[in-house]
This record gives sequence, C-alpha cells and structure tokens, in this order.
Amino acid sequence: MSLAQTPSNPVRLTISRYGLWIIFAALVLLASLLSDRFLTGSNLLNIARQTSVNALLAFGMTAVILTAGIDLSVGAMLAVIGVSAALLDQAGLPFPLTALLVLIGGSLIGALNGVIVAYGRIAPFVVTLAALTIWRGVTLVMTDGTPVSGLSASFQNIGNADWFGLPSIAGVALLALGLSWFLLRRTAWGRGLYALGSSEDAARFAGLNVERLKVTVYAFSGLLSAVAALLLTSRLYSAQPTAGSGFELDAIAAVVVGGTSLSGGRGSVIGTLLGALIIGVLNNAMNLLDVNAFYQQIVKGGVILGALLLERLLNRS
Amino acid sequence: MKKHLSLILLALASTAAAQSRPVIGLSLSTLNNPFFVELRDGAKKAATAGGADLVVLDAQDRADKQASDIEDLITRKVKVIIVNATDSDAIIPSIMAANAAKIPVITVDRSANGGQVAYHVASDNVAGGKMAGEYIKKLLGGKGNVVELQGIPGSSAARDRGAGFNAALKAAPALKRVASQPADFNRAKGLSVMENILQSQPTIAAVFAHNDEMALGAAQAIASSKRKIVVVGFDATPDAVAAVRAGKLAATVAQRPADIGKLGVQRALTIIKTGKVPAKTVNVPVPLTLITK
Repeated sequence: MSLAQTPSNPVRLTISRYGLWIIFAALVLLASLLSDRFLTGSNLLNIARQTSVNALLAFGMTAVILTAGIDLSVGAMLAVIGVSAALLDQAGLPFPLTALLVLIGGSLIGALNGVIVAYGRIAPFVVTLAALTIWRGVTLVMTDGTPVSGLSASFQNIGNADWFGLPSIAGVALLALGLSWFLLRRTAWGRGLYALGSSEDAARFAGLNVERLKVTVYAFSGLLSAVAALLLTSRLYSAQPTAGSGFELDAIAAVVVGGTSLSGGRGSVIGTLLGALIIGVLNNAMNLLDVNAFYQQIVKGGVILGALLLERLLNRS
Repeated sequence: MKKHLSLILLALASTAAAQSRPVIGLSLSTLNNPFFVELRDGAKKAATAGGADLVVLDAQDRADKQASDIEDLITRKVKVIIVNATDSDAIIPSIMAANAAKIPVITVDRSANGGQVAYHVASDNVAGGKMAGEYIKKLLGGKGNVVELQGIPGSSAARDRGAGFNAALKAAPALKRVASQPADFNRAKGLSVMENILQSQPTIAAVFAHNDEMALGAAQAIASSKRKIVVVGFDATPDAVAAVRAGKLAATVAQRPADIGKLGVQRALTIIKTGKVPAKTVNVPVPLTLITK
C-alpha cells in the first residue's frame, strides 16, 4: 500500500509531513524568543554550516533505510576517506584529482557493503557494523592514531569558502539534497528502492534486480560519506583519525525524526533535511542559551523521541 | 510616565548588569573525564570571584562539534574564548574565526598550531618530568639503572615529560638509563613492554613512566617478577594515588587542572579589564606537585 501511495501522491505526503514543519517552526520560534542572537544572519549561516555534514550522511542513510537496510559505517568511511584525501593531498596531487579519487573510492567501499549484503545475504546491520570496525582500524593504521594536517590551500578552501554568501559546505549539502530528491523521486532507481523496502519478494517478482539495487544504494551512501569527508577535513584543516565517530547515530536520528520508516518503503530526503535541521537548531540554540553541557544530551534525546511521538499522533488524526 | 520610568530603570539595570558581568566562553574537549571537570570547576570559581559569567561547552572529544561550539560562542559575542582543543590542528580555523570576530583566545592544557592566541595556560610538563627524575635520584641515593616508559611518540606530553626527566638524569651521572621504550600511555602496553625489559635487563632500580596507566602496568610486571624496583608515574589518577598509598608506586606527579582553569579565567579577566591582548602567545606554566606516600 505504501508503495502505491508514497511516490504517486505527493500532496498527501506533504500533508503527512506537516507535523514535522510544525515542530521545526515551534523550535525556531522558541529559540528566537529565548535568545536574541538566534535569529541573526550570521547565526543562521552557522546552523547551515553545522548541519551540513550530518545532512549529507543522512541523505545517503535515507536511501539505504528506504530499502529497509541500515549503514552504520558512514562515520568510519568518512574517517578513512578523509585521511586518504589528506594523504593524497600531502603527496602533492592537485585537489580536483584528489577529490575525484576519493569520491570514486568512497563509492567503491560503500558498494563493498552492498555486495556483502546482497550476495553474502548477511543482515546490513552486521555487515556495516563490521565495516565500521574495519575502516576505523584501517584509519588508525594509516595515521598511527595522529591527525594528518598541513593541507594545501585549495583543499583548505573548499569547505570554508563562501558561495554567494552561502557557506560552500551548505551549498554542497543543498546540491546533494537536490540530487538525492531527484534520484529517489524521479528515477526508476528511486522507485526501485521504495519497492524493495516495501517488499523484497514483490520487488523481485516485479522483475527488479534486487541485488544490483542494494549494491548501488550502499555505494550512494559511500559517495555521500566521501563528500562529507572532504568538507569536514577541509573545515578542520586536518584529517582526524577519530573523525565521524558517532555520526552514524546522528544521521539515523535525522532520518528517523524526518519521518522515514526504519522498516523501509516510506520516507523522503526533505523530511531528513528537516530532521537534520531540528537537531542542528537544537544544538545551536542550547549553546546560545547556555544549557549545561550534560543536560544538552538529555534534552536532545528527549526532543528526538518527542518529535517522533508528536509526528505519529499528528499523522494518525 | 511611570511606565517610562520603569523602562528606563530596567534599561539602566540591564546595561549595568551587562557592564559588570562580562561573559567568558570555555570550550572543553570533553567533560567525560575528571581532569576536565576539575579544570571547569577551577575556571568557574575564578569567574565567580572575578564577577564574570562563564559559558561552558563540551565538545565530547569531537573536533567538528568543537568548531560548532566556538561558532556559537562567537555568535554570543563572549568577551574572551578559552579553548581546550580536541586537536591542535583542527582548532586552527576556529581560532582564526574568533580572531576575525576580534574575540581574544586563550588556550588551556592543549596548545593550538595556528591562529592568534593571547595566552597558553598548561602544566609545566618539563618541570614535572624533572621533578620525577630528581625524586628517583633521591630515592636511589644518586646511582642505579633506570628505565623510562614513554607515552605516545610525538605527543607533546611525552616529549616534555621525557625532556624534563632526561635533564634530571643528565645532572646525575651515576644514574644510568638502561632502557627507554614507548608504551603509548596504555596500561596493557606498559605491562608487556616492562615484561620485555625485565627479561633483557638484569639490574633495574627504578622506572619512570610518562603516565600512571603505564606505571601501573609496569608495577604489575615487576610484582610478578618478584624484583624490587621503584616506579614513578605521572597524572595522579585515582588508581595511581591509591597505588602510592598502598606502596605499589613510589610517587606520581599531579597536574593541577583546577589551577589551569583558574589561571585561564584570570588571564581572560585581565584582558577584559585592561583591554590589552598580547600580540604573541604568552605561555603560562602551571606548577605540578609530587604525590608520595
């Protein structure tokens, strides 16, 4: 049912998304009332910058979760790709070539997850959990535990530049949003992902190449991890071997708050963007309001849970 | 009229409050570690004493979160930003952003590899290493074979503690360093590295470990070997202090995190009061103490 309804009825989907917009608007309103610094141009750009990496990973995660899969390795892939990019850069490669190589590399190591999930018939949770551990280990071996710094100027610039007043990192996230939306909503591949997530057997009977879909969706997640890795490495002027730890959970939180079903077949990247923004605004506003650092974590978890419950209630009525 | 008056009073009161209570931002690498909790408490006390408000943010050991935290502090227009960096390189863009916003930056405990920093407040690790070396010299009566267990090679703590320790050894020609091996600040490695050294060195009188974890590992190896060797550690973790009390470790060098926080805030207050920011980073070494039985 959700298969027929989701892609063909965007109006209904929009209505069911209202709950999330209301929560987001309420949060923004509350933050603006409590802090006069919140609704300023520079702070909104801060939020855009702070949300971008999570949003990038979350868009890939959305596609994976639509197939009823999960990708726990995004943070570890980000780390290994970031370190690889920094090392290539130090070796003197021109930045565009470095970027191209790591984007291909990211897609390939993502695809590897997909190959094992699809042909090895192992649960995505297990495959990507193992991948998380392996890539984290590879990163530590590559760096001996120390950050890689001394990046070229063009690498440093890519994540810290302004594009017509918008931070480049947010610009890239927006491009990724557009691309993800197009791929999921306007292509046979995207429809295939929804179909696969609704029912694998049905998708197979309908003649879809389920294995290929799985390989490509994890490759897509790996590609976006690579994009995030380039931007984060640039933003920090260095590749951190510990970068990205815990990012998989933030990305999953954004996807789930954004209304994508963990059992697959239902969801959208617009919802995910809202989910990521809700989390980003929350972090930013609590910092501006001087909420005790320990309480921040509790509040964040509570709001994630609350947003989900409220959204369920609004959708039911 | 009355309404106007109260509004004016309110405005006056709020500007007066704003003038008398400057806000200082403190971005910590993590609060999931008693060391930094003590640092925060010392900073808080100094801020209260100095009539300032302190905003504390916890980066949870994530360089990217710290970048966001500092952006938020800049947005709040705090008077001074005190940073305990998760990483000395990753912090550079954040410090440059604060510089651009004309907010002075003070680093505490861990230094930054770039950007303009007014003060750097940190333990005097060189002095601490020297203190350990001199205590060993005193315990051994000035002669004997000693072993050094190094922390993660290249880390500033390992470098400085080692430099201080070796300077103390140089001043005592009868003390001979027979082995110096990295054990990466890790207890399990301290144990296995010490086991190997015990195999290769027939006479050892003392061990200096760059941190307590390695010292406790070494003490375990020594206990199983039934040899009598004194061990001195560094950091004064609760485990190590208990081991000193129980006679398993001879001593441990204690940092004073609360003092680091206090001195950081005091320098921030100086900047706020005088409006003067040093053009080149001024180092503020914080003394250490030796904990013995």
